[in-house]
Formats: sequence, structure tokens, C-alpha cells
Amino acid sequence: MNLLGFLQRKPSAPVARERLQILLAHERATNGRPGLTNLLKDEILAVIKKHVAIDPEKVQVKLDSQGGVSTLEIDIEMPARAKPAA
Amino acid sequence: MATVLVVTSGKGGVGKTTSTAALGVALAQAGQSTVVIDFDVGLRNLDLVLGAERRVVFDLVNVVQGEAKLAQALIRDKRVETLSLLAASQTRDKDALTEDGVARVIDELREKFDWIVCDSPAGIEKGAGLAMRFADRALVVTNPEVSSVRDSDRIVGLLDSKTLRAERGEKMEKHLLVTRYDPARAERGDMMKVEDILEILAIPLIGVIPDSEEVLKASNLGAPVTLSAPSSLPARAYLEAARRLRGETIDVTVPTEKKSLIGRLFGRRVA
Ligand SMILES: Nc1ncnc2c1ncn2[C@@H]1O[C@H](COP(=O)(O)OP(=O)(O)OP(=O)(O)O)[C@@H](O)[C@H]1O
Ligand SMILES: [Mg+2]
Repeated sequence: MNLLGFLQRKPSAPVARERLQILLAHERATNGRPGLTNLLKDEILAVIKKHVAIDPEKVQVKLDSQGGVSTLEIDIEMPARAKPAA
Repeated sequence: MATVLVVTSGKGGVGKTTSTAALGVALAQAGQSTVVIDFDVGLRNLDLVLGAERRVVFDLVNVVQGEAKLAQALIRDKRVETLSLLAASQTRDKDALTEDGVARVIDELREKFDWIVCDSPAGIEKGAGLAMRFADRALVVTNPEVSSVRDSDRIVGLLDSKTLRAERGEKMEKHLLVTRYDPARAERGDMMKVEDILEILAIPLIGVIPDSEEVLKASNLGAPVTLSAPSSLPARAYLEAARRLRGETIDVTVPTEKKSLIGRLFGRRVA
């Protein structure tokens, strides 16, 4: 390597670091770290609330993964006579 | 109270077995009764790194399957009498281990030892799952390299969800052990720095083991660096990590050879 090449050389470690930070932010979300479950719960509830009045306390959300299969379980107790929310 | 420590990484070849052996020796030398268990069924190596390969008669699988008693399978180290080894089976496959069986063995070991160090196989499958399942604490072994850091992140997620402790809602204490570190390359910007890895993985650092020829020499001899070359850089890093594991607070420094001119000239003979 000549001197000029040496001076212009870009260190590779910062690239590694940045790639990892971006990748892991994504993987942590899809691998079901806390955060994703709450996000899903909030958004799904928002959609349901548009149509039915529900008690947020009576909602159970469970995200699990086993043997490469991920499952999202949402348990919502509907009011006896579900009425469209105003 | 016994502590079950899993040495894990996701990625293969990062230094789990080397670290299990070196730390096992260091803990045992400090007077703690210690057992190291090889969970790498089918590909056992811990016996070799500890120089006990010719003394394995019964192994973990035999005990789990009830074919041998624990006492028959434990191999007492000839050099450090507080250290024992429970080898993996070379001929069986990983399905030979059952969760109930491993639970029984760990329970029995908890009565006899202060430290139960579990050397995990690579991957995130059954073998790795069983090695971490009953752990109280975890050592996440990571090389300063993108794929290793990614896999470690995955392992951290599993430690927080798939261990008995996690399922019970108890705390799973995790420690980062960076191995095969080359301070000179990190300084040049060609290797991620310890700080980078720490920031990404966000678990406390327990030690930085430099990349060193001493490690290969030690495995050639069947005597971990902490035993065969205790004043070498990797050995000193392992010895300090063992002290931190035991609760001492010592600053983590990145070990480098401080070579004075004299040191450089006579380094080979002095070392
Ligand atoms: N600090 C180090 N410096 C130099 N070489 C090292 C260091 N640590 C480990 N090695 C070498 O790296 C190789 C892999 O180490 P080791 O077998 O401990 O990894 P492992 O994580 O147990 O692998 P596996 O996933 O296959 O079980 C070995 O050849 C070992 O000698
Ligand atoms: Mg190994």
C-alpha cells in the first residue's frame, strides 16, 4: 500500500457498527422483544375500538415463538351486547 | 449457594470451550468447588482442552439416561483438586438429553459444587437451549465481528425468554465476555472496539480476552492458559474475569503488552 492509499484508507469498524445497529433494531422487533407486543396491541386495539367499545383492561396479548413458528394471541372480552362505538 | 453459569454465544468457534476451561480453572484455584459440563453432545471438546480426554468413562448422557451415577461420571482434575469435569458423549446425538434428565443432574450438582459452568454448543437449537435452561447467570462470549455480535444479540433475547428464570419472571444476570480482541487493530479502526460492542449489546462487560497464541499452546498441552501460562495476557484477563464473577469490582482494562525498549528486545526471553 502506498502512502497516499494509507492516508485515504477508511476504517471498516464504524461501518460494522452502523450496520449492526440498523440490523439489530429490526431483528429485536421481529424476534419479539418487549416493545413489539405492546405496539401490536395498541394498534390492533385502535382498529377494534373504531367499531366496538371495549375495556382495555380486558385484553390479553401474547406473542410466542416455538420451533420457528411465531404466534400472536389476542384475547378480547367483548361487552355482552357489542354496540358500535359512537 | 451454587451458581449455574452458562457460557454461550450462538455463533460457533468464538471461544466458549476455551473460556469455560480457563474460568473453571480460575474459579477452582480460588478455592471454589467447581464443575464444568460439556453440553456439546456429539462434538465433545472440553475434555481435550482440559487434558482429561483419556479419563472419560461415563458422560453427561449416561447420567441423564440413568446408565451411570453422577459420582461415576465426574472426573476430578489432577492438577486443581477443586475442579471436576462432566464430559459430553461423543457417540450419541443431542436428542439423548432430556429436559427432566438435565434438571435432575443440575439439582444434584447444586448440592456438591459452588460453581456449575455449562459449556454450550453453538447454535440456538435444543443443545444450546438445555445448556442455558437452568442457568442463574450467563456469560455471552462475543468476538469483535459482525456475525458474532448479531448472534450474541439473539442469544440475549433467548436468555431473557427461554430460561427457567426468565419464565418465572426472575432476573437473568448476563455478562459480556469479548474474546479474540486485538487492541492494535481496534485502534486502527479495522476491528470494532469493545465500547462499540458494549453499546450495541447493552449488557455489562466482565472481561476482554486478547487474541493470543498462548491459547493455542494451552489447548495443545491440555492445560488452560490460567493453569499453563498464568502470567500471559489471556490468562490474566481470565483470572480477573473470574474475580469479577465472584463479585469483586475491578475495572476492566483492555490488556496490552506494555513493551518498553528493553521489553521489546528481551521480550521473548522474559516472557
Ligand atoms: N483468545 C484467543 N486467542 C486465540 N485463539 C483463540 C482464543 N480463544 C479461542 N481461540 C481459538 O479459537 C478456536 C475456537 O475456540 P473454542 O473451541 O473455545 O470455541 P467454541 O466457541 O467453544 O467453539 P464451538 O462453537 O465449536 O463449540 C480454538 O482453536 C481456540 O484455540
Ligand atoms: Mg465449544
